[in-house]
Amino acid sequence: MIAPLASPPLASIQGAIEFIFTPQTSNVTGGKTVGGINQVLELLVNQLELTVLALALSMIVALPIGLYLGHRGVGELFATVIGNAGRAIPELALIAFMAALIGVGVANLTIALAVLGIPPLLTNSFVGIHQVDRSAVDAARGMGMTEFEILRKVEIPLAIPTLFAGIRSATIAIVATATIAPIAGVLTLGDFIINQNVYGDDGVLAGAILVALLALTLEFGLATLQRRLTSKGLKLSPA
Amino acid sequence: MRSEFTRLRAGIALLLALALSLGVVACGSSSDNNSTSGSSEEVATGSSLVTNPKNAKISLTIGSKNFPEQEILGEIYAQALKAVGYKVKTDLNLGSETVAHEAVKNGTISGYPEYASTALTSFFGFEPEEVPANANAAYELAHDEFETEGLVAFPPTPFASANAVGTTKKFAEEEGLKTVSDLKGKSESMTLYGSPECRQRIDCLAGLEKYYGLKFKAFHPVDIGLRYTVLEKGQADLSILFTTDPQLAAEKDKFVILEDDKHVFPAGNVIFVTKLSTFEKAGHDYESTILQVQTGLTLEVMQELDARVELEKQTPKEAAAAYLKSAGYVR
Repeated sequence: MIAPLASPPLASIQGAIEFIFTPQTSNVTGGKTVGGINQVLELLVNQLELTVLALALSMIVALPIGLYLGHRGVGELFATVIGNAGRAIPELALIAFMAALIGVGVANLTIALAVLGIPPLLTNSFVGIHQVDRSAVDAARGMGMTEFEILRKVEIPLAIPTLFAGIRSATIAIVATATIAPIAGVLTLGDFIINQNVYGDDGVLAGAILVALLALTLEFGLATLQRRLTSKGLKLSPA
Repeated sequence: MRSEFTRLRAGIALLLALALSLGVVACGSSSDNNSTSGSSEEVATGSSLVTNPKNAKISLTIGSKNFPEQEILGEIYAQALKAVGYKVKTDLNLGSETVAHEAVKNGTISGYPEYASTALTSFFGFEPEEVPANANAAYELAHDEFETEGLVAFPPTPFASANAVGTTKKFAEEEGLKTVSDLKGKSESMTLYGSPECRQRIDCLAGLEKYYGLKFKAFHPVDIGLRYTVLEKGQADLSILFTTDPQLAAEKDKFVILEDDKHVFPAGNVIFVTKLSTFEKAGHDYESTILQVQTGLTLEVMQELDARVELEKQTPKEAAAAYLKSAGYVR
């Protein structure tokens, strides 16, 4: 058995960077150029928009339930089972299912992507609140705080690291998966990756680089926000 | 299930009879200016494939692109070549034509089926209107272009596949649509759905805009698998379909395609592309087997095979095996 000849690399980092900043020719567009910074920004904005919408929806659904159950200390099984089962839902199948149910477009994708964000948010908000030192909660209650005040002034501040870990997981899962949105009606950076015929191999690589950069940027941004919100007493070292 | 097999078999028998009577003529015309003339005249259609022990030394890897019709074709060729004694592996689901083209050039696969029109527009820089409507003329062009890359293209299948603007029969009747030109002045209020890559392709949305001067209310990219769903859901007014789609045959009173009167969507017959060195090494049975088993692949047969995979959820392997058996190539 003779090994196949090594093929030349299909894409190069240099080519991908050129693709990001300067429009390139394409074999199949009849002369129109593709890529370039304007198209990159347009797709980037779409991906961010979709991410923010889906994240907002998943927070609206998951946080109140997680915080309430954590505060009451009930429903641990519910929170963890939903959390774990939710992670097993195949996203592609879900998008296709939603497409048949409500059609393609922003609404479909927002709901389908929010489903990805709910499990980490639900589990982490429950665990974060539930693990707060009960003596701190008792002290707050002894001082005459209402249940809502206890949640807002004591439990949530103490749960910030765990809560944010959930928000960060949810964000990364949503923004990364929003890459496949072009198969359901919304053009995101995944357009570069899915349509190798149009954008060429450099375009595919450029898309992958952009999505990775976007995810990392969001991760660092949220980490910074988390440090600012974390109470001084919980920090290991001064920020 | 049983009755469909019978119907298919009857259809194929009829087509084979036709193919046999036309065979000499077709072979004559395709042998004018290509190096494969010697072998194509000996193609015997309809008879079953015979194992040749000499072929056992030759390993072939048959590839295909990543959608059902391609996988069915890949399986048909692979199973037929196995039947004549070659050692055959498959590498189906290769992705887009660029990936498949690269794979055959660098030897990862021995060959794969490609649409002549796609080859001309995607690989060799032809504009859609430069692609000949005649299957043999398109094949000759593609054959000569492939030759410069050290590749050999075998003569085309009877069926051709093309993109098409489709809609529901109801909508076409309400709006009075028969051809794509009929959309002029109406398309501004209509939504068009198509694969994500359609948007920028000159043989798709870009061509509809350029050659027909059409503007749509919106173009929405969707997965190819949803091209009928969006019509059924009433979301799309128009959707990009394929002429070989089984739904067009099975649901004639539901979906229609608009005639492409300015030829923006070139029709492509399938040609099998392989490397010259593989072709020379593999011997006579390589080409003759492929040509023999593709003679039965008319539009109706291809639609039927697509239907079995896309609608009845058979695997491409099962559909290909059933085709080879009912056409009498394999016992």
